[in-house]
Amino acid sequence: MSTVRIPPTLRTSTGGAKQVEVPGGTVREVVTGLVAAYPALGSQILAADGDLNRFVNAFLNDTDVRHLQALDTPVGEGDTLVLLPAMAGG
Amino acid sequence: MAIEVRTSQSARTTKPASSPGRSPVVGLRCRACRRPEPIGLSYVCLACFGPLEVEYDYAIAGRTLTRAAIAARAPGIWRYAELLPIDAPPARGLPVGSTPLISADRLAPTLGLDRLWIKDDTRNPSLSFKDRAVAVAAARAVEFGVPALACASTGNLAGATAAAAAVLGLPAYVFIPADLEPAKVEHALAYGATVVPIEGTYDDVNRLCLEIADETGWGFVNINLRPFYAEGSKTLAFEIAEALGWRSPDVVVAPVASGAMFTRVARGFEELVELGLIERRPIRYVGGQAAGCAPVATAWAAGTDVIEPVRVPDTIVRSLAIGNPADGRYVVELADESGGSVEAIEDVTTAATIRDVARLEGIYPETAGGVTLAAAAAAARRGVIRPGDEVVALVTGNGLKTPDARTLGLVDGVARPGQPGLAPAIRPSLSAFERWLGGGVA
Repeated sequence: MSTVRIPPTLRTSTGGAKQVEVPGGTVREVVTGLVAAYPALGSQILAADGDLNRFVNAFLNDTDVRHLQALDTPVGEGDTLVLLPAMAGG
Repeated sequence: MAIEVRTSQSARTTKPASSPGRSPVVGLRCRACRRPEPIGLSYVCLACFGPLEVEYDYAIAGRTLTRAAIAARAPGIWRYAELLPIDAPPARGLPVGSTPLISADRLAPTLGLDRLWIKDDTRNPSLSFKDRAVAVAAARAVEFGVPALACASTGNLAGATAAAAAVLGLPAYVFIPADLEPAKVEHALAYGATVVPIEGTYDDVNRLCLEIADETGWGFVNINLRPFYAEGSKTLAFEIAEALGWRSPDVVVAPVASGAMFTRVARGFEELVELGLIERRPIRYVGGQAAGCAPVATAWAAGTDVIEPVRVPDTIVRSLAIGNPADGRYVVELADESGGSVEAIEDVTTAATIRDVARLEGIYPETAGGVTLAAAAAAARRGVIRPGDEVVALVTGNGLKTPDARTLGLVDGVARPGQPGLAPAIRPSLSAFERWLGGGVA
């Protein structure tokens, strides 16, 4: 099981939960499992093709998964996935 | 003994020159799915996670925002209040904007340009254009009653946020990469900010702040106040158009970090057209990035709007070192649709350009300004900027923040008479001076 941290903007879809435990061997499987558990998240974070939509960035153990193997990045026991809005500028 | 007198017209009190009447601000709307959201401390669409933008009723704005009305108002960004996301100009804040548009006719030929204006935003209160964005965000933050201002910064925003918080009497929390230029850190500290260095890149800082912004309740100017913050950059376009006698230039050249300013300047010109304040003329938009962190320039050159993030930026241009720019795809679209370009500039070229603009125009830009002016030269070589074009380059920050950048690529040596540079220290005697003047050893 990995931990998914839920940002406040998504918590209405998780019943207020700040983090949830989700099974899955890759980022894609964890995201799929997350949406299966909380279907309302689907329209918020998934694109039509089932991938994360372009406004969502996923970080595995604080590393952007695009620097790893994107949605195919392996996820191990105890890893933490965070989904955040794609927003930067300072 | 000097006595400092502050009246109600002092720099610390900004007053609207006229009442705009009913606010033209309609609310927030998702850029992606167009879902409306009420004005608040929100920045992400709850339906699709897309970014929220401010929506205006331009018919209402146009009733009071006329050339004559603007001319009668006090200097500063609030003279364009109807096109900013506020209900009324704030009662308190720094005097931001109305920076000069300077004809750079000595620099222009060295860049291969015929007509060049520099929008000199080094002259804002905290020495960068970020004061514009922060002023607008801070105005809303006060309305929302946030307990503190905060930001994730590559440096210029740190000073701007700290200065704005100081004048408002709010605590400031400034999050920066731990290896940021010392002058920028000192700048924020001087205004009384709590500076939190993060061991990582700017993108690491930003990710952390995205996680903590909503938890702390602090007003992060570039995160949960972002819809308002981004609008502040439009005032660059408003001021350029007004300074040119209410028209637009042929080309605008600007630095690209997140891409928010680049795209909002274009929106600013569009809004002036919408209100009939300028005629619609084509404007080409040219962006500049540092070659050591150029995800947008790379995408533009490859003909795609898919931005591949840069994991570890490698450049002296720290103010543009955002590896994962949120508005990158919109920058590519704007450059393409306008006939512009996005240029990647090597650090040695940036440093040489800083030296050129300082020695030829008396304007000392920080690294992003060097990138911008070098990008103008690159766009001219590419044919994007053509003979006779009127070009406006946005010089967005002051070189005193990045003093080490100027010397990159310079050969060490002592200056001889007639040469620029640092002369050797000499004894305070006429004979020593004459020996140096004659080329001898002092």
